[in-house]
Amino acid sequence: MNARMLLPVLALLLAACAGPDRIVLLPDSDGKVGKLNVSNAGGETLLDSAYATASAKGDRKADAGRTDAGTVNQQFGVVLAALPPAPVSYTLYFTSDTDELTADSRALAPAILAKIAKFPAAEVVVIGHTDTQGSDDYNDKLSLDRARAVKRQLIALGFDAARISVAGRGKRELMIVTKDDVAEPRNRRAEVLVR
Amino acid sequence: MKAKLLGFLLVAGLSATAASATADDVAGVFKVVNGGVSVLRQGATLPATVGMAVYQSDQIVTGSDGSAGITFEDNALLSLGPSSRLALDRFAFNSTTHDGAFETTLSSGKLAVVSGKIAHHQLDAMKVRTPSSILGVRGTKFLVEVGGS
Repeated sequence: MNARMLLPVLALLLAACAGPDRIVLLPDSDGKVGKLNVSNAGGETLLDSAYATASAKGDRKADAGRTDAGTVNQQFGVVLAALPPAPVSYTLYFTSDTDELTADSRALAPAILAKIAKFPAAEVVVIGHTDTQGSDDYNDKLSLDRARAVKRQLIALGFDAARISVAGRGKRELMIVTKDDVAEPRNRRAEVLVR
Repeated sequence: MKAKLLGFLLVAGLSATAASATADDVAGVFKVVNGGVSVLRQGATLPATVGMAVYQSDQIVTGSDGSAGITFEDNALLSLGPSSRLALDRFAFNSTTHDGAFETTLSSGKLAVVSGKIAHHQLDAMKVRTPSSILGVRGTKFLVEVGGS
């Protein structure tokens, strides 16, 4: 057998020596646990509890097992450390019929903006909303004005304008559901989504 | 003849639009890049940088000293450990309806996932393939290692 023929054989042997594929279900940041269905020609294995594992090799059905937080950190610490920060959202409130922040929100704004600035390659979406006083058209414009006002503040703090998108949702997505033509301070807001 | 030609032009126009829509849509953005990390895109090998966009059909490859984290349009978070290779087979996301598809293949190394709106909205719309299995993702945080010890 010459070397050229030996290489594929060696590769096959190496692949056969490698361990199984391993899957570990983790609790998320809120402590909640989702579900994973691991399937192949051999069948399906459902993972639905914290630190449940599946090991699968070839066409054999995956074996269910269990691990713990310490072992996970040892074996997967590097890849877990590379996860980007979870997206966050903030709500800022406005005074009636203006694109000016309430005194409370104005006081919060610098801390929020500083936090945004710490996100790596941050992308920001600002979505403005209104209460139900006034027409659809009027509120569409007011909600967009509110989103743009927040964008202007971000840019003033040195934020790259190209990384901020704005939208106005008018009175379509109420935080507090009211009848039409009702003043509701909690609906006069902008959501700032950062990721 | 005219109708046939018109039909052909319409079909050609539509498929061109569909192709450009998927090719141009940003799927995600690199937020973390450590050590050697590259993106294989249409035959080219590009060094990954923080802020760089990823697209459907890209492959992400990390060196023995590399790791990388990407945030996707549906807020899903993915990270790769050293000596890993991930193919982004399919990514589609409608930010209004949250309909979409998110399919990747891990052919070597380690992957961490926090699923996003696509998996939350629709059962099994997010899938991860490994050499041995297909993972149907019903949320939320999990790890995958190919051929580990």
